[in-house]
Amino acid sequence: MLHPTSSNPLQGLRVAVTGGTSGLGLALLGALHERGAAVAFVARDAARVNAVAQRHPGSHGIVGDVSRKEQAHPLALQISAALGGLDVLIHNASSLGPVPLALLADTECEDFEAALAANLLGPFRLTKALLGALGAAAREGRPARVVHITSDAAVNAYAGWGAYGASKAALRHLGRIWDEELREHGVRVLDIDPGDMDTPLHALAVPDADPATLKRPAQAAAEVIALIEQSIAAQEASA
Amino acid sequence: MKAAAHPTPRPRDAKLLVVDARGAVRHAAREQLVDFLVPGDLIVANDAATLPASLTGVHLRTGLPIEARLAGRRSLAVDDVHEFSAVVFGAGDHRTRTEDRTAPPALQPGDRLALGPLHAVVEKTLGHARLIALRFDGTPDAIWAGIAHHGKPVQYAHIHEPLAMWDVWTRVAALPVAFEPPSAGFVIDWKLLHTLRERGIGFATLTHAAGLSSTGDAALDARLPFDEPYHLPLQTVQAIVHARSAGHRVIALGTTVTRALEHAATLHLPLRAGFGVANQRLGAHSRPRVVDAIVSGTHEPGSSHHELLRAFTSEAVLAQADAALLAGGYKTHEFGDSVLIERDREPAASGRNEVPTKLHRAGLSMSRLRCATA
Repeated sequence: MLHPTSSNPLQGLRVAVTGGTSGLGLALLGALHERGAAVAFVARDAARVNAVAQRHPGSHGIVGDVSRKEQAHPLALQISAALGGLDVLIHNASSLGPVPLALLADTECEDFEAALAANLLGPFRLTKALLGALGAAAREGRPARVVHITSDAAVNAYAGWGAYGASKAALRHLGRIWDEELREHGVRVLDIDPGDMDTPLHALAVPDADPATLKRPAQAAAEVIALIEQSIAAQEASA
Repeated sequence: MKAAAHPTPRPRDAKLLVVDARGAVRHAAREQLVDFLVPGDLIVANDAATLPASLTGVHLRTGLPIEARLAGRRSLAVDDVHEFSAVVFGAGDHRTRTEDRTAPPALQPGDRLALGPLHAVVEKTLGHARLIALRFDGTPDAIWAGIAHHGKPVQYAHIHEPLAMWDVWTRVAALPVAFEPPSAGFVIDWKLLHTLRERGIGFATLTHAAGLSSTGDAALDARLPFDEPYHLPLQTVQAIVHARSAGHRVIALGTTVTRALEHAATLHLPLRAGFGVANQRLGAHSRPRVVDAIVSGTHEPGSSHHELLRAFTSEAVLAQADAALLAGGYKTHEFGDSVLIERDREPAASGRNEVPTKLHRAGLSMSRLRCATA
């Protein structure tokens, strides 16, 4: 079994990324894979999962929808089976809610529920189903991390971003409470806002945005990974 | 005893029958388990997640329905997932007691099975017409996906509702390698883990591929438990050594933990971390060398689980415990109540060099244990 080394804390790290076939998730997969992490990724579209897995030999593509309750355990099973356990779980998959974006007063309840299912309940369920694996990693002295990809819409009130913003605000708070409860067990939970990126999700939300003004997903992925590395280094320094 | 008919792994009213090293028996609530432990004690749990090991499909040569219950694997390696042993049944489902299930079609080497998205070939029978070695087609990822989506947790006729995967995973379920739940682990929740920390009681895990508890066939049941691979992490070995060297107790959550630790003890003492395959049977003839006490579900006399308890205490004390379970209305089987049995003090019976624990040396009775933690 591989173990992370201090020279490259990602080498041998077992990482799962949801929403791994586009945008930030795809960039995270590419960067983690390149740096020697063992990566499993989850996405809904089987053809895209297979295509991305083929482009990243040794990665594990898993077809599934994190917003569906009955898929949490099958996903958890496949992730920990493929990787032989789990060190880092990155909740990246997101739903905007209504597309095009809508004022809250015009937001259908079903669209709001879809945003909550993908952005809040899905991450809660998958973390819960994988907490045994993460706790086992922590007991073995490995860095155990859960990462919530959040948004400035979780903090600032933007008109038209109601379903997304409310769900991301709840996700952010969920992360803080998880972290409070799990740190004594060696599992840390990070909320990371990657900034506005040139991704399919952003294009859906703001179709007329100038891509030149947006962060490249690869840059955002590098920043997310750097924050995870910092968190691991801080743990090692305090050990 | 009455079988627990609802798949509630953590019922609030679960009971705990406690049998101390002197054979004294008392009733408690399961949530009081921690009160029977003292700082420095170590709980060891099996963190295996439970596979949805029941795969239904068709025996292609005859076109007849078949259920293959995955029952064993030679290792825990993540890519060693093509070959399994399996117990096979014919038509029917869990609503029929396994004893009454239709026999499967006669299987021959080379027969192919279509099990949902999974395809497998029968490699051979394993000394019994209903126990086979099968080999899945496909990549490890495809096989895991097929099992995850098509498989169902092994069902019990006494449980009325279909089991979902969340019913059979303990709160610390990690690597999916068990074929039936390591059900003693249902006693664990994260609140308990917090309390253990607060009280200075250790918690460690190993991973053990808990096998089927029953096949419905007397000849096959007599061969249970099948060989079970396990992994004993370094940190768990260190925690055990630390606890024992300080004279504290190692409490195994379940028969699978006991089987793994005691198997590891037959290979090396002091224990060494690593992988192994538990192939021994524990019973009245054996004496635990590592495990000082066991928390187990309640099981009927004659079952392999019950037989293992005879390694901890005498037949007379077990009979007394069984009577107390019956009188106390305890529920049995995987979702039932629990027992905590401390290893009795008969070192002469084993002829082995036992390291007496602090509690044994001190000759503490259970009532004093209770006082110590009150």
